[in-house]
Amino acid sequence: MTTILLIEQVLNGLQFGVMLFLMAAGLTLIFGVMGLINLAHGSLYMIGAFAAAAVAGATGSFVLALIASLVAAAAAGAIVELVVIRRLYDRDHLDQVLATFALILIFSEGTRWLFGSFPLFLDIPPALSGPVTLPGGIEYPLYRLVIIGVGLLIALGLFQLIARTRIGIRIRAGESDREMIAALGVDISKLYTLVFALGAGLAGLAGALVGAIQSVQVGMGEPVLILAFVVIVIGGIGSIRGALVGALLVGLTDTLGGVLLPGVFATFMEPAAATAVGSSLASMSIYILMAAVLLFKPTGLYGSA
Amino acid sequence: MKLKSLILAAGLAVFGTAGFADGHAAKVKVGMITTLSGGGAGLGIDVRDGFMLATKMAGNDNLEVVIEDDQRKPEIAVQLADKMIQSEKVDVMTGIIWSNLAMAVVPAATAQGKFYLSPNAGPSALAGKGCHPLYFNVAWQNDNLHEAAGAYANDAGYANSFILAPNYPAGQDALTGYKRMYEGELAGEIYTKLGQTDYAAEIAQIRASGADSVFFFLPGGMGISFLKQYAGSGVDLPVIGPAFSFDQGILQAVGEAALGVKNTSQWNKDIDNEANKTFVEAFQAEYGRLPSLYASQGYDTANLLLSAMDKASVTDPDAFRAALAEADFASVRGNFRFGSNQHPIQDFYVREVIKEGDVFTNKIIGASLTDHGDAYAAECSY
Repeated sequence: MTTILLIEQVLNGLQFGVMLFLMAAGLTLIFGVMGLINLAHGSLYMIGAFAAAAVAGATGSFVLALIASLVAAAAAGAIVELVVIRRLYDRDHLDQVLATFALILIFSEGTRWLFGSFPLFLDIPPALSGPVTLPGGIEYPLYRLVIIGVGLLIALGLFQLIARTRIGIRIRAGESDREMIAALGVDISKLYTLVFALGAGLAGLAGALVGAIQSVQVGMGEPVLILAFVVIVIGGIGSIRGALVGALLVGLTDTLGGVLLPGVFATFMEPAAATAVGSSLASMSIYILMAAVLLFKPTGLYGSA
Repeated sequence: MKLKSLILAAGLAVFGTAGFADGHAAKVKVGMITTLSGGGAGLGIDVRDGFMLATKMAGNDNLEVVIEDDQRKPEIAVQLADKMIQSEKVDVMTGIIWSNLAMAVVPAATAQGKFYLSPNAGPSALAGKGCHPLYFNVAWQNDNLHEAAGAYANDAGYANSFILAPNYPAGQDALTGYKRMYEGELAGEIYTKLGQTDYAAEIAQIRASGADSVFFFLPGGMGISFLKQYAGSGVDLPVIGPAFSFDQGILQAVGEAALGVKNTSQWNKDIDNEANKTFVEAFQAEYGRLPSLYASQGYDTANLLLSAMDKASVTDPDAFRAALAEADFASVRGNFRFGSNQHPIQDFYVREVIKEGDVFTNKIIGASLTDHGDAYAAECSY
């Protein structure tokens, strides 16, 4: 394996990790602040992608499409929080899982009802399409570089929001003691709606960004949701920093595992068998990573006990 | 000897006419289990719509169809099959899209004496040792379209292909099928994860491999993702694949990225025969969209069943089976007959993705394999 190929694969891993972070950040905030398991987070990702595809189809503008994805997913998140989620905070985790699973089905069939059963078209804008040549002669798709940049900017913005602003202080306070901040006169239910909408908006944005290079279809959110749960378990539930580190770890492990493992097995096995064993093991690699992290740090890398 | 054959012939005639007379009266209840919600719903909806269009056009009152949604889940398909066999008491079953669901339902259904007509899935296990007299495949054996792609690669002069497919039985069948016909070298062979949506790592390997062509089997959303990312990567090796990643339902979502790509299929809307013309026009008039190959398979499945109903009664399984095996219907594919394992022997074409007005669609550019059966027929004995 050449160095160039390896660097390219590391970039791919980073890009995948950054996308996972956008999903995981909302999930970990919601889980950490409100103690809620939200299985419908993947549906919000899907809503973002569909809103973007619809707006891009109608106006032809990718920027408008991204804004639409944020707004639509945040609005859907806020409505869901007000109508359904609000009733679940004091309930058992199992009730939350049941209710949010029902939301997945409602959102999936609702989307099918609105947009039909066939995948929608959403393409990257011409200005961002095609490859660029990086120093060292690496050809890399420009759009993926942009995704890495946007994702890191959002991560930076979130850190600032949580660490420096009044809302951030309230979110952190809500995370550690929700009765106390309610007693101090903070409108906790408004705060929860806000956090939920923020997480939903991030998921929607991720859906739109990824939708441009993947397929926009019903059920696109569920595979990502599982990975996002792995990320927040590795990173530590409730920690934005943990979500970022966990997402990058998962992204890199998944990408590099898939590339390197078949090669490793090929050194002592037949090519066909090495491919089969290597790719099977690569699919397991992130779960092995998760198990290893939990073995040494049962609360995740940045989790508080 | 002579007397014996005479008696036999007379007996056959009596039973035959009885069956015939019965055939007009006997109702046939069809249980269709297909995927109408969730990820792969587009395929099931096309099969259903093609099937129902044919029954509507035939106007045969003796045909009753019960339709259920399997949600692409094997355990649900099994429950539905039990319900259809035990409480609905269907005579014929059809509709399943996915090979893993077919493997969960078909052996049990045929063992309980139900006919099964597959409008899509054609796993090798049901074509070879696991074949059954009541099981008919009206689409293809899973390997077929990939074999056609391998044959096309030879014709196009490709000598160093990079091949990839998801790591599950149909994916392994795909690469096996391609390699069965393809005579060149392999620059690389990758199994991706089922449901994978990001192919940056694989595309980087293709770029580094020095291949002269790429063959891929990535059905549904996986193929959309791969093609869009491949087009954006700057790798410009020719791509070939089976029709599944280029069907009418998903081409619009792939867009420009698919233009000019060669793919192999047993059907296209421009195959020149009366049945096909009628089908394409009627489908557009009924549903307001172009038919896909899945719709054509559903349509052929229904017409096969209707042709058998005209000849025999389903209450006489042997006669009904013989009537099905004759495949005496006007297939939209033109040339169509059953091999010894009741899988199709048919022609395969190479298609190219083109743009007609605003719509992306396919055009046939040549033949790939003619009168082609499958590699497992010899292993099948009833």
